[in-house]
Amino acid sequence: MTTKSLLQAIGEGLAEEMRSDESVMVLGEDVGRAGGVFRVTEGLQKEFGPERVMDTPLAESLIVGAAIGLSVNGMRPVAEIQFADFIPPAFDQIVNEAARFYYRSNGAWSCPLTIRVPYGAVHGGALYHSQSVEAWFCNTPGLKVVAPTYPADAKGMLKSAIRDPNPVLFLEHKRTYRLIKEDVPEEDYAVPLGEARVHREGDDITVVAYGLVLHTALEVAEKLSGEQGIEVEVVEPRTLYPLDKETILRSAKKTGKVLIASEANLTGSVSGEIAAVVAAEAFEWLDGPVMRLGAPDVPAAAFAKPMLDFFVPGEMEIEAAMLELARY
Amino acid sequence: MAIKETRAGREAHLGDDDLLKIYRYMLLARRVDERSWVLNRQGRAAFVVSCQGHEAIQVGAAYSLRPGYDYVYPYYRDLGITLTLGQTARDQFLSLLARREDPNSAGRQMPGHYSSRELNIVTASAPVGVQYPQAAGTALAFKMRGEDGVVLTCGGEASTSGGDWHEAMNFAGIHGLPVIFLIENNSYAISVPEKMQIAGSIAGRAAGYGIPGVEVDGNDVLAVYKAAKEAFERARGGDGPTLIEAKTYRLTAHSSDDDDRRYREREEIEEWRQRDPLVRFERYLEEVELLDEENKEEIEAGIKAEVDEAVEYAESAPQASPEEALDLVYAEG
Repeated sequence: MTTKSLLQAIGEGLAEEMRSDESVMVLGEDVGRAGGVFRVTEGLQKEFGPERVMDTPLAESLIVGAAIGLSVNGMRPVAEIQFADFIPPAFDQIVNEAARFYYRSNGAWSCPLTIRVPYGAVHGGALYHSQSVEAWFCNTPGLKVVAPTYPADAKGMLKSAIRDPNPVLFLEHKRTYRLIKEDVPEEDYAVPLGEARVHREGDDITVVAYGLVLHTALEVAEKLSGEQGIEVEVVEPRTLYPLDKETILRSAKKTGKVLIASEANLTGSVSGEIAAVVAAEAFEWLDGPVMRLGAPDVPAAAFAKPMLDFFVPGEMEIEAAMLELARY
Repeated sequence: MAIKETRAGREAHLGDDDLLKIYRYMLLARRVDERSWVLNRQGRAAFVVSCQGHEAIQVGAAYSLRPGYDYVYPYYRDLGITLTLGQTARDQFLSLLARREDPNSAGRQMPGHYSSRELNIVTASAPVGVQYPQAAGTALAFKMRGEDGVVLTCGGEASTSGGDWHEAMNFAGIHGLPVIFLIENNSYAISVPEKMQIAGSIAGRAAGYGIPGVEVDGNDVLAVYKAAKEAFERARGGDGPTLIEAKTYRLTAHSSDDDDRRYREREEIEEWRQRDPLVRFERYLEEVELLDEENKEEIEAGIKAEVDEAVEYAESAPQASPEEALDLVYAEG
């Protein structure tokens, strides 16, 4: 075990998969010599050469489209979209193409393809380096959308994504790249897709969260436990689509009170889907309203810090929501 | 015109058997297409999208591919390509009638959305132009492994208007990828004529990407064959991509749901019917004495029997059960 940041863990996962399987390759903008704008792919081109770690033209539809074409001809491409905000030009290739190849060909063509997507609000990121785009993709059958938050999960899930025969959108929260560090196993291991993780057990309320908000919620949960004796069960979906409904519902039935929190715009969010699942399938166990906490319905986080901080649910808002729910 | 065709035939270095096979594929594509319209007008088939007018381009280009080794990204008019690669009239009618046995999609996709794992026909979409970046990626895989596979990808002239075409051409040019972009310029995008769609020349754009651009008469099957064969040879030899613009005319409406009387004159269509690639190749084969009344009738009769049998088979073949709509969303493993 060594302590690694999220960024290091992902880079290490990529390098290990490339060493063990020569069909694995990386393509995207600045992923080669520069090692990516966040340095996730640092050192890979030196080790694996300019073809297997390929700098592409600045063209997102091409990046994903070419990755699809590589994936149906024996390769296991890992495409990088530099910022989630720049994914719209690739939307057609992801949603209409990669996600449908298998279904529309009656199982003849599959796309074993991973698309890494740094997302989430950061200081100075503003409208086009901040967005949480997961909801755009979470009603696309045929696509898997994952968003691990912690380094060991991220490394293990990246390996699963690369080995998966389906297209996987792999969301990485930029703010947590260097913020979160933990012990990451050295040996080869994989964390399965489609399984939520219970980070903290508790009997009073359930919080379902991911990304930076999950990290904050875990800190608030410790605080409430120490200061007020409120025990919060914290569940991380890890895979946002398709959802691990079972784990979420098990927790909902246990506590009877559920808050879903993320920094995505609230309306039409993944949180809304989780809330609907809980409301429909755990109704008789509920002792309070299914609550959601998210970003306001404005386009994205602003450049100015006060507006950014207002946009992302922080410690105070999360604590207030937890306390409100606990009072029922 | 006949003299030019004869010269083209000699230059193509095709044997008599090959010439007759090419003719048969073209005729089969035409007759399958015509029967599809009949079934549609009789209320037996929901939708038809047609290859008529494109047969020379499609058969000419596909004839020198290696089915199951080279990759093909066709578009929805490419019946002539898929038949040449090895799909059958039966396959086409199974697809037209949305039967479970439809090899393209088991009744999930509209007709014309081809797919075959065995023949390396990559599953086709309806959005126009999305196949080009995919084709470039497939070609990159061949290049990375040092294999001599080539990729043929096709679309109409309107498919060059969107960004995907440019992105793919640029990428193919940068890396010298073994991919051939075959633009089947049939003069119309549903109702919009070429002059409202295309600035300058499509073939001429290749120069901007530093790759060869070839304009060819799309109604001359041997000229297309020759241009495509040369392009495949260049690609196999490591000399990179080629853009081929094959010019022709769409002889039918865009699809069975379109009424082209709203936007083009009957006289214009009649004028182009005089240049029908199938008739033109027949005349050539008659001139070089490969085709006469007797074997022509024989070929026609054989194809008619094949089409009759295929329709009968497809009509009696079952559709998928409603619940099969739930299957195969995700691949296992």
